[in-house]
Amino acid sequence: MGKIALAFLLMLMPLSGFAMAQESVRIAYIDTLSGGGASVGVARLKAFQFLAEDVNAKGGILGKKLEIVPFDNKTNAQESVIQAQKAIDSGIRFITQGNGSSVAVALTEFVLKHNERNPGQEVLYFNYSSIDPVLTNAKCNFWHFAWDANSDVKMEAITNYIKANPSIKKIYLINQDYSYGKSVRAAAREMLAAKRPDIKIVGDELHPMLKVTDFSPYVAKIRASGADAVISGNWGQDLALLLKAAGSSGLDVNWYTYYGVATAGIPISLKQVNLNHKVFGVTEGIANVDYAPSREFEKRWRAKYGEDFVLFAPRQVNEIKMFVAAAEKAKSFDPIKIALALENMEIDVFDGGKGMMRKEDHQFFQPLYVASFGELKASEPFDEEGTGWGNTVVAKIEAKDTLTKTSCKMTRPQ
Amino acid sequence: MLELVIISALNGVLYGLLLFLMASGLTVVFSMLGVLNFAHAGFYMLGAFFGFQISKWFGFWWALLLAPIIVGLIGAAVERFALRDIHRSGHVAELLFTFGLAYVIEEVVQIVWGKDPVDYRGPPSLDFPAFSIFSTNYPSYKVFMFAISVAIFVALLIVIKRSRIGLVVQASLTHPQMVAHLGHNVGLVFTLVFGVGIGLAALAGVIAGPILQTQSNMAASLIALLFVIIVVGGLGSLAGAFVASLLIGLIQTFAVSLDGSLASLFGPLSPDAPQFLIRNIWTVTIAQVAPIIPYALLILVLILRPMGLFGTRET
Amino acid sequence: MTELVSSAPMSRAVPGARLRFYAAWGMVAVLLAAFPSIFTSASSLTTFSLVGTAIIFALSYNILLGQTGLLSFGHAVYYGIGAFFAVHTMNLIPQYGLPVPLPLVPLIGGVAGLLLAILTGWISTRRAGTVFSMISLGVAELAVALALILTDFFGGEDGISTNRTKLPAWFGWHFGPQVQVYYLVAFWVFVSALAMYALTRTPLGKICNAVRDNPERVQFVGYDPHIVRYLAFCFAGLFAGIAGALAAISFESANFTDLGWVKSGAVIFSTYIGGTSIFAGPIVGAIFFVYLSLSLSDYTSVWQLYFGLLFILVVRYAPGGIGGTLLMHRMPFRVGGLGRILRTYAIAAVPTLMLVGGFVLAVETIVHHTVNANEDPRIKAFGVSFDASSPMTWIVAGLLMLIGYFVGRLTWRGVTRAWDDARTIASERGIPS
Repeated sequence: MGKIALAFLLMLMPLSGFAMAQESVRIAYIDTLSGGGASVGVARLKAFQFLAEDVNAKGGILGKKLEIVPFDNKTNAQESVIQAQKAIDSGIRFITQGNGSSVAVALTEFVLKHNERNPGQEVLYFNYSSIDPVLTNAKCNFWHFAWDANSDVKMEAITNYIKANPSIKKIYLINQDYSYGKSVRAAAREMLAAKRPDIKIVGDELHPMLKVTDFSPYVAKIRASGADAVISGNWGQDLALLLKAAGSSGLDVNWYTYYGVATAGIPISLKQVNLNHKVFGVTEGIANVDYAPSREFEKRWRAKYGEDFVLFAPRQVNEIKMFVAAAEKAKSFDPIKIALALENMEIDVFDGGKGMMRKEDHQFFQPLYVASFGELKASEPFDEEGTGWGNTVVAKIEAKDTLTKTSCKMTRPQ
Repeated sequence: MLELVIISALNGVLYGLLLFLMASGLTVVFSMLGVLNFAHAGFYMLGAFFGFQISKWFGFWWALLLAPIIVGLIGAAVERFALRDIHRSGHVAELLFTFGLAYVIEEVVQIVWGKDPVDYRGPPSLDFPAFSIFSTNYPSYKVFMFAISVAIFVALLIVIKRSRIGLVVQASLTHPQMVAHLGHNVGLVFTLVFGVGIGLAALAGVIAGPILQTQSNMAASLIALLFVIIVVGGLGSLAGAFVASLLIGLIQTFAVSLDGSLASLFGPLSPDAPQFLIRNIWTVTIAQVAPIIPYALLILVLILRPMGLFGTRET
Repeated sequence: MTELVSSAPMSRAVPGARLRFYAAWGMVAVLLAAFPSIFTSASSLTTFSLVGTAIIFALSYNILLGQTGLLSFGHAVYYGIGAFFAVHTMNLIPQYGLPVPLPLVPLIGGVAGLLLAILTGWISTRRAGTVFSMISLGVAELAVALALILTDFFGGEDGISTNRTKLPAWFGWHFGPQVQVYYLVAFWVFVSALAMYALTRTPLGKICNAVRDNPERVQFVGYDPHIVRYLAFCFAGLFAGIAGALAAISFESANFTDLGWVKSGAVIFSTYIGGTSIFAGPIVGAIFFVYLSLSLSDYTSVWQLYFGLLFILVVRYAPGGIGGTLLMHRMPFRVGGLGRILRTYAIAAVPTLMLVGGFVLAVETIVHHTVNANEDPRIKAFGVSFDASSPMTWIVAGLLMLIGYFVGRLTWRGVTRAWDDARTIASERGIPS
């Protein structure tokens, strides 16, 4: 028995640190890389690696190569903390993560405490996709930077679009029953009341997250309410199944969503039930935006990964671009100097136009697009998931029109 | 109001039958072999993906025929080469084996077909609205699903209760030695039953795939609900599973259409009252808790009537 | 350590056995104390803390599965409730300036787990077998759903977080550095393991075994199996709560996934792989499981496949788990046939490793072609580099598997023969196997 115990001890040896040569600057990518939810995590990893190759082809950052080091967090908050610790132990000072707001909250608090308890070993957390507004409000901190528009900002964009469309009169809200879904619904109610008080909210539904297989009853309720538009923050199967049930029963409403365009699996479902330009989504960019550099990039990306591969996110491009710019501005890879350089930094964003990292809450603001999915015009070259249909821009909302208030009060290093 | 009631009833029955389609194989395997198969939903998923692949190559109808047979054969092989030996280590080992198998199936599906949903569609010949009530369309594919579920229920009832094969199978379960002495191959009977149960799961997958989302995570969330159905119906009772499926389908559908909460019943919580936790309970609607009602039902049934609604024995 | 794995009753009359008992536990204590000097990085200490909580959790689960024969699908509920109560306690202590130091917080978690088990246990333990398993499944689903509804207590999807350094210092320790947390966890692991070991030695522990093996007979003897199961269930809840509280301390947060299905599944895996029939089994299983689940994902993206296959193989070929299989070798050791058996193992290991290597190579190559088709074909798995596009890879994988399989069959026959001979000698000498 003693021998066995010893054998286990020896097995644990490799954990005690794998120091690597420091000729490169490394970003730890902590996200879902295995299991059913991994499709997004794997796709985004490939995008980051693709971007790193681009940076390195141009000579790297301050003479060093950029390297993305993947860590699998299995979408679990505690696992993420362990993986972050592993990354830090191996000398990494920059972490990026995006999927799952519970993971994001856990990471941002871990980074805050770590930096408090280990001065001189600070770590920055680049959040490329978690959009729970709490991250840049109540739980904001100096070490966290958010590149995706948070859910309040997105709702600002959607409601601005709705404000300009008087044909919308009755709105139904359907969201997942957890913190993010609730914040979507609260924002929708508040902003609609301010911008279009004449709109009637005919239903306000919360359904359990990832538990519903048959959305027909919800569709029946939406139909009975007489709504002409639905707002939903749903993602993944909760959005696909909802839209499929609606499409196959012939419900004729417009869908204003966060993830209805530019997310994996949705285009296939929409094409199946023939929802043509009925589903709108708000995003920081889509393939068909009429801007030559982004179309060029999209072509290169698709040439490498094939036509039906899921999208990368423009926000990832912005993140890497700003990281490079901040390091060059600070002339250092010191996390504190980079963080200070990032504050209020302005750049040309991926899809054209200006974007800015707001100093108060470290939330990135950029032009947002409302797009719809359906048949393409001749001027739009990119379809999605091999369906022959693609995304069309229906409105562009400038960054200045999406500025939300923030309650963030962060402590800065002296 | 009437509109919503009728539509909900119809939706509830359709959903209930879909659940029965998924659970029928599970209850067959349990009633015949006493194996609670955790991998059942995995085989259901395998059926959906085989259905997708075959219908891409040869068309939907071939998929409907071939996918259940192929997956059923895989199931039979699992029984013959693994489960049979594990049977000796007891029920817990059997259960844990199928538990691990479910894991492996999910991972294999991810390796072969990827993690994103695949574009699996029903046959074009069924791609039209069969009928329309209160301007809600019902695709003919759902009518087809309805017919298949009922047909399977009737066919299984006849085979198990009335046919000679059913007799031999039932006898093999309780008196394997006696049946063996009568010249029947008991081992083969078990393999056959397991194969058929798995084939039914695959059939459910082939049919449900186009309606739901055919994706590598479609199994994980399902298995607990299927357990609820066969336990509430009565472990091993086919009629029980049928009734329980419909019951759960209807309960869930109607619960969703109700917006009632304690707040709507008694008015909003007064600000002087204690808020902690109570405000959470006060404002939660019946619709919000709809998907967890089956589990409450499960616990209730097991406390009041451990053999289930239609069951005859406790296991 | 031998006494830890022994299922024979400890005879108080034999001073040797007593000495071995103290020696074994003393050794464990020394090892636990020495770890931080050997492994100094924060992530290994975090990992050890995690392993420690997993050990308590798995041991508590084994009170149900191994000792009382109850297969629960919802043991994480008690772990999770312990975690949440611990987090709330850690937030309340500085808020009200209570003089409670951090090392006492796990007790709160344990009491929370115990109270919940007292509430839910009475009805769920009325019957064993499938009914118990299904009720535990239902309770688990309900608990997760409730956790998402009762956001005031469970904090919704984001969970509740806390800061352990805000509690009153304890002999100058603020528990900021991971090493201090490690010692806290190690202390509780030692105490809990010792307590659970003692529990197996009490009359209650013995009657639990009897209820597992033959409830009818226990009833005839005059004990109510329901009450015995209920007591076991409560103890399991208590220690699961302690484990949850320790996890909450080392992560400084609790989340609804702590109550959930993944956590319950993990404890089933680790307990069974470790072996349910001996006390140290779950300990081995927990170490093995945590280590694999944390590090396997560094080597391969399809770690879940290997994991599932490993589990299936253990159930199929080693139903006693790691611990049970090791224990099996006591018999040949006594009759002196162990040397020969180990030699046959060494011989069989060569083709078996070839088979496994070939299989892994084939799987990794297939994964490359289906998942990463557009990437560089020169890939690396388990530290070995190879070219996935080259036909040589396929040939090597195929050959390894073929030779491994056929030679392996021959060599394993040698293992079987060595075992048969050992058994024959044992039965001649009247030594139980």
